[in-house]
Amino acid sequence: MISDKEIFETMRMVSSQHLDVRCITMGISLFDCISSSGKETADKVYDKIASYAKDLVSVGDKIATMYGVPVVNKRVSVTPISLVGAASGAYHEIALAMDRAAAETGIDFIGGYTALVQKGATEKEEAFLRSIPEALSSTEKVCSSVNIASSRAGINMDAVRTMGEIVKKTAYLTRDKDSIGCAKLVVFANAVEDNPFMAGAFHGAGEADKVINVGVSGPGVVKTALEQVDGDLTAVAETVKKTAFKVTRVGQLVAKTAANMLSAQFGIVDLSLAPTPAVGDSVGRILEEMGLERVGACGTTAALALLNDAVKKGGIMASSHVGGLSGAFIPVSEDIGMIEAAEMGALTLERLEAMTAVCSVGIDMVAIPGDTPAEVISAMIADEAAIGVVNQKTTAVRVIPVYGKKVGDQASFGGLLGRAPIMKVSGYSPAKFISRGGRIPAPLGSNKN
Amino acid sequence: MNVIISVIGKDRIGIIRDVSAFLADLDINIVDISQTLMGEYFTMIMRANTEKSRMPIDKLIVALREKGESVGLDINLRSEEIFDAMHRI
Repeated sequence: MISDKEIFETMRMVSSQHLDVRCITMGISLFDCISSSGKETADKVYDKIASYAKDLVSVGDKIATMYGVPVVNKRVSVTPISLVGAASGAYHEIALAMDRAAAETGIDFIGGYTALVQKGATEKEEAFLRSIPEALSSTEKVCSSVNIASSRAGINMDAVRTMGEIVKKTAYLTRDKDSIGCAKLVVFANAVEDNPFMAGAFHGAGEADKVINVGVSGPGVVKTALEQVDGDLTAVAETVKKTAFKVTRVGQLVAKTAANMLSAQFGIVDLSLAPTPAVGDSVGRILEEMGLERVGACGTTAALALLNDAVKKGGIMASSHVGGLSGAFIPVSEDIGMIEAAEMGALTLERLEAMTAVCSVGIDMVAIPGDTPAEVISAMIADEAAIGVVNQKTTAVRVIPVYGKKVGDQASFGGLLGRAPIMKVSGYSPAKFISRGGRIPAPLGSNKN
Repeated sequence: MNVIISVIGKDRIGIIRDVSAFLADLDINIVDISQTLMGEYFTMIMRANTEKSRMPIDKLIVALREKGESVGLDINLRSEEIFDAMHRI
C-alpha cells in the first residue's frame, strides 16, 4: 500500500517542482515512401506521418490527465530525409510535406531533416546539406541535424567546413526572428538513432516502423531534493540517484502506456535532465545548490560530472530500455541559471566546452555574434566533435550567430527555446585549419591517457 | 481502475459528506480513507475504484475537479499506477 507521505511527495513533484514528461516522440520509418518522383515521395511522407501520428496529441493529453503529469511536447522523428529524398532529390518538397503533416496532427516539432555524413558525403547528401537553410526558413516545425563525426569514422572535416557555412546561411535567412532557424539545427558527433529530444531527433535506419520514445525531465525535482541534503558529495550523489530513479519510473510508465495506446513499439526512455526557462526548472541551479556561487565557477565541471553520472545510475534501473542522450542538458538559452550566469560573465564558452566533456550533448543554444565567421563556427563544431569522438560519447553544437547582434545584446526565441545573451567567441582565426578539409582519423581505442 | 483521490480545502462541516456524494454520483467506489488537519486545512487521501463508472477516466477527473471547485475543495483524481511506479519496484 502506498503511504500518504509517498502520495504527497509525488503530488508535490508535479505541482511545485516542475516534474514533467518533456516529450513523447513517435519515430516513424519513411523507407517505404521513397520514390524517384519528388511529388510522390512528398505525398507519401505526408500521408504516413499524418496517419501514424493522428492520435499522438490526444493520447499524450489523455495520459497527462490520467497520471496528473504534464506531457509538455508531442513530437515525431522520421528516417533521415537525406536517405528518403536521395532518389528524387526533392528535399525541399519533403520538408514542406513534413511541416504540413506536423500542422495537421498538431504536434510541436518534427525531426529527421537529417544527414549522416561522418565518413563522407555523396553528391546527393551534399545537395541535401545545402538545402537545410531554405528548409528551416520556410517551415515552422521541421528540425534538422547532421552527424559529422563518430568514434569509429573520425571527423569529416569537409562536412564540418560546410556546416559552418550552413549555420551562417540559416542565421541569415531567419534574421527577422533573431536567426531562430539555427535553434532547429544540430551538428552531432556520435549521433544516436533513438533520441526523442529536439532538434536532434531522427529515426535511425535500424529502428522499427513505429516506435515511442519518451524524454523525462525534472531538474526542479532534483534541486528540491538536494535542498534537504546537508551531507558530503557522496550523500549528494545518492540523493540525485534516488530522485532520478523516481522521475524515470514516471517516464517508463508513460512510455509503456503511450506505446500501448498508439499500437507502437516501446523504444526507450531518455532520462535527461532537460531544463526550461521557467524558474525552478534549471540544471544550473542544481549545480549552484551543490555549493557553487554561480554555474561557471571553478568546480562546475566536477559538479556536472557528479550530476550526470548519478542521473544515469539512478535512471538506468528504472526503465527496461534506456537510450537517447540520457544525462544532463546544458542549453544556455533554456535554463534560467545558465542565462543569468552568462549575462554576468560567470559562464563562458570555454567553460561550457569543458562541461560538455562530462555531460550529454554540447554547446547548446548558445547565441554568438552575428558576424562570427563561418570558419569559426566550423572550428567550434570540430572542437566539440573531437571531445565526443575521443571520449566515445555524443556531443553536438547548436549555436545561433544572431544576425546583426553583438556581445552585450540579447536574443529572444520564445517558448521553450528561451532567451540568450550573445556570448564572446575567440577572435583568433582557425581559417587555414578549417580550409584544409579532409578527415581527422578515428582515435585509438587503447592506451587511454 | 484503482485511483488515488486527494482532497484539500479549508476545514468545515460536511466535507466528507460532500466528497462521498460526488463519488457516489460518479459511481466511484471508496476503498480506503485517511484524513488529517494541516493547520486550518483539511487534507484527505482516498483510495477508490472506478470499475463501475460509466465515464472514461479523463472525464471523471474533470467532473470531480469541477464538483470540488463548486464547494471550495481542491479534488484531484489520479491513476494509482503513477504512485506504484514511482515508489515500488
